[in-house]
Parts: sequence; C-alpha cells; structure tokens
Amino acid sequence: MFNRLTGIVVAVAVLFIFSAAYAEDITKEELKGQDEQVQDIKSDVLEVSADLEKLEEKLLYPSGTEVSLFVSLAENETFRLDAVEIQMDGNPVARHVYSFKELEAMKKGGVQRIYTGNIKIGDHDLLVSVIGKTGGGSDLKNSQHFKVSKDVAPRIVELTLTDQGITEKTR
Amino acid sequence: MKRLLLSFILLMFSASSAPAETRKTSDLHDLYFGEALYHAYQGEWFDAVSRLDTELSLHYGVDEPGRDTLHYHVNQAEFDVGDFELFYRMHQKAGHAIKEVIEGNVPEPVKNEAIFRLARIYFQKGQSKDAQEAVDRIKGVVPEKIKDDLAFLKAEILMANGRYADSARMFTDMKDTRGLSGFSTYNLGIAFMREGKETDGLRSLDRAGQIKGLDDVELAIRDKSNLVLGEKLLTEKKYAAAKDALDRVRLTGPFSNRALLGSGWADASLGNYQSALVPWTILSERSATNASVEEAMLAVPYAYIKLGVYSKAAVLYSQALASFGKETQKLSASITSIQEGKFLAALLREELKQDPDWVVKLRELPEAPETYYLLDLLASQNFQESLKNYLDLEELRVKLSTWTGSLDALHDLTKKRRDYYEPLLPEIDREFRRLDTLMRLRLAQRDSIEKRLHSMLTSPRPEQLETADESLTMLRLSRLEKRLTSAPDASGVTLSRIKLLRGVIAWNMYEEYDQRLTEAFKHLKDLNSEIDRMKTEYASFIRTRQAVTQSYEGYDDVIRILSEKTHTAAKKVEELKTRQGKILETMAINELTRRRKLLEQYEVDARFAMADSYDRARKAQDNKKAGE
Repeated sequence: MFNRLTGIVVAVAVLFIFSAAYAEDITKEELKGQDEQVQDIKSDVLEVSADLEKLEEKLLYPSGTEVSLFVSLAENETFRLDAVEIQMDGNPVARHVYSFKELEAMKKGGVQRIYTGNIKIGDHDLLVSVIGKTGGGSDLKNSQHFKVSKDVAPRIVELTLTDQGITEKTR
Repeated sequence: MKRLLLSFILLMFSASSAPAETRKTSDLHDLYFGEALYHAYQGEWFDAVSRLDTELSLHYGVDEPGRDTLHYHVNQAEFDVGDFELFYRMHQKAGHAIKEVIEGNVPEPVKNEAIFRLARIYFQKGQSKDAQEAVDRIKGVVPEKIKDDLAFLKAEILMANGRYADSARMFTDMKDTRGLSGFSTYNLGIAFMREGKETDGLRSLDRAGQIKGLDDVELAIRDKSNLVLGEKLLTEKKYAAAKDALDRVRLTGPFSNRALLGSGWADASLGNYQSALVPWTILSERSATNASVEEAMLAVPYAYIKLGVYSKAAVLYSQALASFGKETQKLSASITSIQEGKFLAALLREELKQDPDWVVKLRELPEAPETYYLLDLLASQNFQESLKNYLDLEELRVKLSTWTGSLDALHDLTKKRRDYYEPLLPEIDREFRRLDTLMRLRLAQRDSIEKRLHSMLTSPRPEQLETADESLTMLRLSRLEKRLTSAPDASGVTLSRIKLLRGVIAWNMYEEYDQRLTEAFKHLKDLNSEIDRMKTEYASFIRTRQAVTQSYEGYDDVIRILSEKTHTAAKKVEELKTRQGKILETMAINELTRRRKLLEQYEVDARFAMADSYDRARKAQDNKKAGE
C-alpha cells in the first residue's frame, strides 16, 4: 500500500517536471496536421472574404453613388464616447453604441467605418450627434450639421470627434 | 476560486498576445487602413486581415498606385497583414506571414517584435526548431518592453531543443531580472536537472522557493519551485529536506494540495505517522474532486493503522470508499455528458467567450461536464491550441453560412435588376439614339455659327446679321418690286420709294454692324452654356446607362465561383471542426477516464484495506479480551 502510494507521488512528480502528457490517443503529429489544415482553411476563407467584399462593393455601392462615413477620435482625446448618431438629409442612417473594446481601439488610432450607402450626386445635409462624458465626468452632447458634396467618385467622409466638437473632412 | 484561476494562469505562463502598436490618427492617409487597425486593436484578426488583404489587392489593381491613399502606408500594410496573420495563428500560411514579417520594410524594433511573436507561436505549438530559427533572425534594436521576455523565450527554446547548458547560462543571466526572477531561477533549476547537474538544479529550485515577492504570480512560482523540489527530494529519500521545502508551500496556493500530501509522506517515511496525520487530515477534508485529496483519504486511515488505531482506520476507509463511489459516478456522468456533445456545446456558449474566468464558469453551466477534474487539461498548451482552433473554426462556420445567404441574395439582386431593366432598355436606347442624332445636328449648327461669326471679325458681312423684321421687310419689298415691274402702269415713284426703303435697311445694317456682331457673340456664349448643360446631362445619362448594365451584367460567373468556393470551404470547415471537436472530447475523456481508473484502483485498495482494518480491529479486540 505504502509503496503503491509513494509510487503515485513519484509518478505525479515526474509528470509535473517533464510536463503532463495528456491525451495519449492523440499524437503530436495529429495535432500538428490538424493545426496546419486549420491554417489552410483560414487562408481559403480569407480569400473568399476579400473577393466577396469587392463584389459587394461593386454591386451594392457603385462608385457613382457610394458614400462611406468614418468615425475617429482626435489624438490624446480623454472624453468617453458613448454613442454616435448620424442623419443624412433628415433620415437616420447610422447609430452606434460603443463598447469598451471599440473605444480603446479608437483611442489607439483605429478608425470605425460607421456607414456605407448610396446617395445622389449633389449636396447633402449630414447631422452628426455625439453622446458621451467629458474627462471631468459631466454629460457631453454635441450635434453638428455638415454639407457633403457628392460627385461621380466615391465620397469618403471622416468625422473626427473631440470633446469640443466634430471636425468633418471629405476625401 | 482565485486559487483555481491562479493555477490556470501559472500553468499557462507565457506572455499573452499583445495588440498592435498605437498609431497617430493624424498620420493616417487611408481610412480603410485605419479600419483594419480598428479591428486589429480589438483582436478581431480575421476582419483585420480580410480588410487589409482587400485594400492591398485594390491598391495594386489601380492604374496609378502612387496616387492611391494606401500608397503612404503600403510598407506598413504589407507588414501588418503578416503580423495580423501571426496573431490569427496563421504562421504557416505558405510563408506569407513569415516573409512579410521577416523581410518587412519597417523599422527594426517593429520587425523584431513581430519575429519575437512568431517565435513564441512556434514555441507554443511545440515547433522548437522553427522557434530557434526565428529568434536567430532577430538582429539589431529590440524594443525595451520585450527585451526580458525575449531573453526568457530564447532560454526556453534552447531548453526545448535540448541545449540545456546554453539555456542554463541564459537563465543564470536573468535570475536578477525584475519580474522574471522567480521564473528564471525555477527554469534554471529545471535546465540544470535536465543537463544532469542535479545538485545545481536542486540548489536553484531551493533559491526560487525562497524568493521574496508579494504578488500572486511570484508567490505561485515560489510555491511551484518548493513543490517540485520537495517531490524531487522525496524520490531521493531525503525526507527531512523534502518536508522543509513542501512546508514552505502556502496552504492557500494552487499547489497546496500536492504539498500537503507530500509533506505527509515525508513524515510517514520518517516513521512520524502522528505528524503525517496533520497535513493529511487537512487535505482529506477538502473537495474530493482533487486527486491529492482522494489519495489523502486513503493516507489518513493508513497512518491510523500504523498508529494501531484500526477501528478509526476502518471507519475512514469506509467513508473514503463511499466518497470514491460518488466521484466515480460523477466522472462516468461527465464522460457521458462529453460523449453526448455537451462539453463542446458548453465551450461555444457566448457568455463564456466574454468572460476571462470562463474555466470556472464552465463548470457552473447546466449539463456541462464536471470540469474541476479537467482544470490541468484545460490549462495545457495542446488543449488551449485545440480549443482556439475549435473556436476559430466555429467563427468561420458562422461567417461562411452568412455569406452563403449573402451570395444567394446578390444572385437574386442581379436577376431582379435584369428582369426590371432589360424590357425597358430597348425603348430607352431608341429614344436616346433619336435625341443623340438631334443633338449632333444642333452641335454642328452651333459650330457653323461660331465659324461664321469668327470670319465676320475680319471680313464684315452686315447682311448676315439682319434682324428677322429686316429680313421680312426685304422680302416684302422684293415681292412689291416684282409685282410693280410686271405691271404695265408701273409708277417710277413707287419703285424709287422701294429702293429708298432698301437703302434705309442696308444703312441700319451697316450702321449697327459692330453692335450686332457683339450681340451675336453674346448669344453664342449663352448658347455655349446651354450646350455645356446638355453635354453634362448627356454624360450623366451615359454613366447611368452604363451603370444599369453594370449593375447586373458579368456577375453570374463571379457569384457562381464564389458560391462554389464558399460551399467547399464550409464543407471543409465542418469536417475540421468535427475533427477538432473530437480531439477536444478525446482529450477530456482520456483525462476523466484516467482519473476514473485511479479512483477505481483506490476503491479496490480502500475495500481491501477496510477489510484488513476490521480484521486487525477484531484481532486487537480479541487479544484485549483474552488479556482480560
């Protein structure tokens, strides 16, 4: 009895030092082979994703009418962005409530594409509303109108947010 | 709970995946590149790679890539796509990621950090030789924040490749590194032992076991060092020293169960059964799902037998037997639950993905298997890698399923557009051709007018600028003159008056010639504005007409090919996911079966020992009676 229990202690110790060997029925080669196949399929699916993205853009958003709205935070901005609402020509087109992860991504320099759609050539009214909290903790509400001029090329609009206001840059 | 989590963290010790570096918004020229970063900073690697792949292919597809906004970031984007693939654990993608990362045209520190990540992935996946090759490529400036981690990784890789002496040398250099001191001293001990330098190894473990530190991870590595040292000394029959090391392990730490068990065995081996009962009794009262606790449930009555307290031993064996039976049933139920697919279903639950404490939460889910038995397995590298693959495959499955729907919708969309436009287009084209001919005629007329007006600047021709009234009057005068000339009683006075009137009109034309020419140019200018407006509308119509055809023509093949690719990929993903799931289930079932077998063996031992204890107790009682 003692010998057997002592043996178990030794076996456990040896296992611990030289790392546990789980799943005797699954070999390292099997795991590696499976892992390689998973990587291959990821690659295939990424290719499909890129092709589909291009197809959707051509079919759903032809350059003559395409408009994309991007939202970014100004550098070193400390206010907490809670939500953004956007209306184009009086119609609501986008509304987004930000998670912690999304906000952090924007603080690091990431840019969110909040809307892609189609508009006619000509001038359009854009109303951007921002809800959040200032660095001091008080409520922040800000709404601004912008004019977006659409021509035959795709229109890209960048909305940069600060606690002081919104800057619009058309590209 | 904290103990379990800490154990989990410690077993997984390796630097966690760090998101990509922060970039300045003001430096960003291409917003779609910024969008890829937005996904990357959230750890959404698939979306980040996909966005960047699309952007790069569009960039190289334009006529003048130098005028594309991605041009400003193209080197960084090429590097990032490789780097993001590494984060997405695609280190073997036909050398793509590796090539981009190693040969990337980015600053040295950025490149070195990415190669460090590549090496770590190789190491974590057990490809130690590839990991060695990768770290060997790190040259020049290394970012300060990864210097220590890189040195540690290099030493670990050396050890994994059997270069224990080199590894030990590196760990020796690191033993005073802040934050890594415990880990490096512990690993130094392991490296020495594998090299065959047992004494040096034990000395290092002893040092790691006495390192002063307050945070949970430092305390845990100290416990681990003491445990490994104690268990090693036990096998070498150095019981007193083993007990010293094992007693240094905290009672609340992740290794306390095994330390208490070992401490008891050290006492028992020295014949101190009374002392052995102290750690064993503490241990035997803990949760029976732990292997050390189960062993202690046999060890306590064993000590009582050695102390001659047979009846107590018999009772304790009986209690152990009941507990083992219960646990064996639980294990069997867990195995059945895994075989019924409930384990995999539990792993995919959304609430677990959001929760960093998912290991603990998993066992709280209804119908999930008893994961307490699986904690060590769940923390193992193989299981973790398999689980990540399983979750990635599930993510791909969902995406592909959504895309199948999207492609069907796109096919319908092109069909509807064709059905709507095709009957309308012949009439529109006919009307357009008519208007087009008319327009060309008018344009030719305008050109002719312009030409005539320009020629009149140098050779004045007033008659060409007569007004409509003048033209009409001249016509009427000609008719009158003709009629009078053919009449037999024609009056010479009347003819003279006609001549005079003609002279007045001609006078006016000559007199007002300059003014009329200026007016004519003004009218030409107005006409030009109208022509420009017409041309704009013409171009707009042409564009719209082209867009109409382009909105449904030429997509059938693209959609069909993409649908086939999606279908093939979905099938492959399903196969791989099933296989990956089986791997996870097999790992879990093997572990549970191993534990069940151990428990069944304990049951046999307990049953035998219980009978033996009753015999001894009865004999002792008989002897006592005989003595009386």
